[in-house]
Amino acid sequence: MRNAFASEMTNMASEDKRIVLLSGDIGNRLFDDYKGHAPDRFVNCGIAEANMIGVASGMAMCGLRPIAYTITPFITARCYEQIKVDVCYHNLPVIIVGVGGGLSYAELLSTHHSCDDIALLRILPNMTVICPSDSHEVRAALRAAVAHGGPVYIRLGKKNEPLIHDSQPEFTIGKGIVIREGTDVCMLSTGNLMPLALETAAMFGDDGISARVVSFHTVKPLDEDLLTEAFNNFDVVITLEEHGLLGGFGSSVSEWLVKRPAAKADLLQIGVDDVFCYEAGKQDDARRTFNITKESIVERTRDLYRNRKQGT
Amino acid sequence: MQNTQTPDYQELESLAKKIRARLVVMSHRTGAAHLGGALSCVDIIVACYWALMNVDPRKAFDPGRDRLIFSKGHAIATLYVALAMKGFYPEELLDSYAQCGSKLAEHPAPYCVPGLEVATGSLGHGLPVGLGMAMAGAINHVPYNVFVVMSDGECNEGSVWEAAMLAPARSIENLVVFVDYNRWQATGRSEEIMALPSLRQKWEAFGWNAYDVDGHDIRALVDAVRQAPRGDGKPVAVVAHTVKGKGVSFMEDDNNWHYRIPNEEEVQKALKELGQL
Repeated sequence: MRNAFASEMTNMASEDKRIVLLSGDIGNRLFDDYKGHAPDRFVNCGIAEANMIGVASGMAMCGLRPIAYTITPFITARCYEQIKVDVCYHNLPVIIVGVGGGLSYAELLSTHHSCDDIALLRILPNMTVICPSDSHEVRAALRAAVAHGGPVYIRLGKKNEPLIHDSQPEFTIGKGIVIREGTDVCMLSTGNLMPLALETAAMFGDDGISARVVSFHTVKPLDEDLLTEAFNNFDVVITLEEHGLLGGFGSSVSEWLVKRPAAKADLLQIGVDDVFCYEAGKQDDARRTFNITKESIVERTRDLYRNRKQGT
Repeated sequence: MQNTQTPDYQELESLAKKIRARLVVMSHRTGAAHLGGALSCVDIIVACYWALMNVDPRKAFDPGRDRLIFSKGHAIATLYVALAMKGFYPEELLDSYAQCGSKLAEHPAPYCVPGLEVATGSLGHGLPVGLGMAMAGAINHVPYNVFVVMSDGECNEGSVWEAAMLAPARSIENLVVFVDYNRWQATGRSEEIMALPSLRQKWEAFGWNAYDVDGHDIRALVDAVRQAPRGDGKPVAVVAHTVKGKGVSFMEDDNNWHYRIPNEEEVQKALKELGQL
């Protein structure tokens, strides 16, 4: 996703003179092409994220469209108050882009994990939160964010994620994209878990369960129409996120759900437990630790089906 | 572009007294605190709006205007009064200060009145935002200046020094910082709470043209900025040596006035001292 981000930034900076890219001293060589096209609109702000967000805000106040980019925990938690006060309170068109969302940097342990960013950012007034599922969605999300004209947080994975879409999909902030149709289970995936969602859907098929898969790229604002339809028509709705179960996407859906009249579907939330990581391992190892695997998802869904039958 | 007109400094000194008197009355009427720090930065604000800055209240949103960020938001009453006297809005609006429903809260809300550039109150935000504005001027090829007024206690915040390191690295010259060095912060002497002394040298070491100036000498404040070199890629820091509670003898350098509200009798005494009775 990060290569798509860098490439789309170059395209947009060439078309739109208001675009400025601020980097927190990362992306060595990643932005060479960008710098070739818009050298005066690239600023390496150093390892100083609080200042970077303030600088972005000052630029936005003067008509520019800054995009601030660094590793997810440092562009969210590290400079949270600047995002709240400078960006959101002033409702500025600042786009905050975090690379390495969730467990992308699993091997670097919890300093570099980001399992709280969706929770932190979505509770800020005026903020929009987008977690694209592949490189095509990254490009589309960036353009939609610039057009939106208010604070937007875009959460990227790392690199070499499989493509989900064949081409750039029709992309509207706050409107999920159905990737695969199904009738029994509705899987709502946000961000970089989409490949797992699709593998899980195939595994459901082996069991005779038909699974719909949705790229629920916008966590805030929620696509309430899509949620209403899903909870009315499916047996099970599954939220998937590489993010803590507290406060994230699944949590947001459950907040919405308790305010609704009785829904048909049960809700299953897939995500990261409320713990830090203390041992070495790759992204897949970390996912296994938190039961973010297709086998576990299918098993837990089967349990839900069994409970439903016993309940009726 | 710099405002190079020579102001009538005597007139500005009497204007500063009027602003101070108004601040004392406003604090008394509303029970709003932070009078000491509001009084200490009056002359800095007068130097900016009546001498250094290119601003026109009739064109409050002109893209080419100079911008001032009042980063020590707790003392915002000073800016509210100054903007009213400058003509950005009627002075009567000041009567609503800190009242329920007023545009003029004890910390400024974003875009609350014309002329107010940035909502502040949490310290350490103004300089990064001001730096972004200054950089935008270079990118947009609009030659305005950005002024940031900070407190000395605010220099405790790390974000100040993050911005202080980036500005000279980007050769930003259209940025001026005034530190209202009144030597007090909320609970004690600022130079005892943190290692603040050699403040000018600190800014210099970070790559700024930095000056120690008597923060109550309007002419000296103006001259320091106007005489700073141009073309050397350095922003300007003015360490303005001030007195908390300046202008009212029984408030001067007494940190109780960080939170204390003057009573009727104290208001009368203060107004007398400020020549407003």
